[in-house]
Parts: sequence; structure tokens; C-alpha cells
Amino acid sequence: MSIVIAVTAALLVAAGVLTFYRLLRGPTVYDRIVALEMLVVVVISGVAVDAAAHREGANVILIVAVALVGFISSVSVLRLMPKDRL
Amino acid sequence: MSAARTAVEVLAAAALIGGGLLALVGALGLVRLPDVGARLQAGTKPQVLGLILVCLGAAPFMGGTTEVATLALAVLFQLTTAPVLAQMVGREAHQSGIGTENLELDELAEARDAAEGER
Repeated sequence: MSIVIAVTAALLVAAGVLTFYRLLRGPTVYDRIVALEMLVVVVISGVAVDAAAHREGANVILIVAVALVGFISSVSVLRLMPKDRL
Repeated sequence: MSAARTAVEVLAAAALIGGGLLALVGALGLVRLPDVGARLQAGTKPQVLGLILVCLGAAPFMGGTTEVATLALAVLFQLTTAPVLAQMVGREAHQSGIGTENLELDELAEARDAAEGER
């Protein structure tokens, strides 16, 4: 079981690193918004895998908080971004 | 350990690895695809399915039904908000003219021109 947890964690870390590349590189702000949405999902998956690894479900409420804050912040950036500063 | 418990653990392990693979596929698409519209596809579809698989794989290891319900709530929330965000990003990008040179069929531009022509 610990091998499965380690493999999944390695896959999620690789996904996070690639998303960070797009976050730094993306020529427009929309690429960065998509990368941030993906980072939220990777963080949520990481918290769930950690809760499964330690069999400790106390951190699961963090998932809901991160998802909510990520959604609200992405919507705010989209609405309030001035179009001449892409 | 009973056979049913072992079978559940094997399925949960497979679901966890599948979810990690889908997250990696989504991130690869985000890096390699040429254009905002294409990256939007890679950033939402495999991601949400990977999240569902990871939460399904993590659910048997939770202590009680409260944590499983919280995981289900998180998955439900992500299923609801990902299309909303994707639609908003796509609409704003199209309005700014960002990803329109790779499109083969652009129905939104036609509809927008028709709406402009009526005004």
C-alpha cells in the first residue's frame, strides 16, 4: 500500500511541476488562470492521498476550503482583469 | 484480513494510481498544447475525472462517514465549478481575440457578428 501511495504522490508532484511551468511561462493571463485551476485540483488530490496514507480524515475539510477559495479567486480575476494588461 | 477488504483495497489502490495518471496527463496537455482553448480542454476534463478517481480511492481509508461525505462534497463542488470557470475563461479569451487563429469553425464569432449586425 505504501508503494501505491508513493507512486501516486510522485505522479501528483510531476503534474504540479508541469503546471508550474505553464503558470510561469503562459503568455497570457488566461493560461495562468487555467494553470491555477489545475493547481487547486492537484492540491485537493494531494490532501486526499495524504488522508488515505495516514488514515486520518481530519484534514479533509481543507479540501472544501481550497476549492471554494480557488473558485472565487479565479472568477474575481476574470471579472476584474483590465484587458490592456494581458 | 477478509478477502472483501483486500479486494476493496486493491480497487482503491488502482483508483488512486489512475487518478494520479490522469492528473499527469492533464498537466502534460497543459504544457504541450498550442493555444488557450486547447489548454482549457486539458485543464478541466482529465483533472476532474482524476479527482473523482482519487477521492474514490481514498474513501475506503477514511475513519467515518463524515469524512467520506466531505470528500463527496468536494467532488460535487469541483464538478459544478469547473464548467463555469471554463466557460468564463473561453468567453473572455475569445472576446480578447486570443485563441482564434487555430479555430476551424468559429460559431461564436458568427453569432457575435450577427448580433452586431442587428443592432
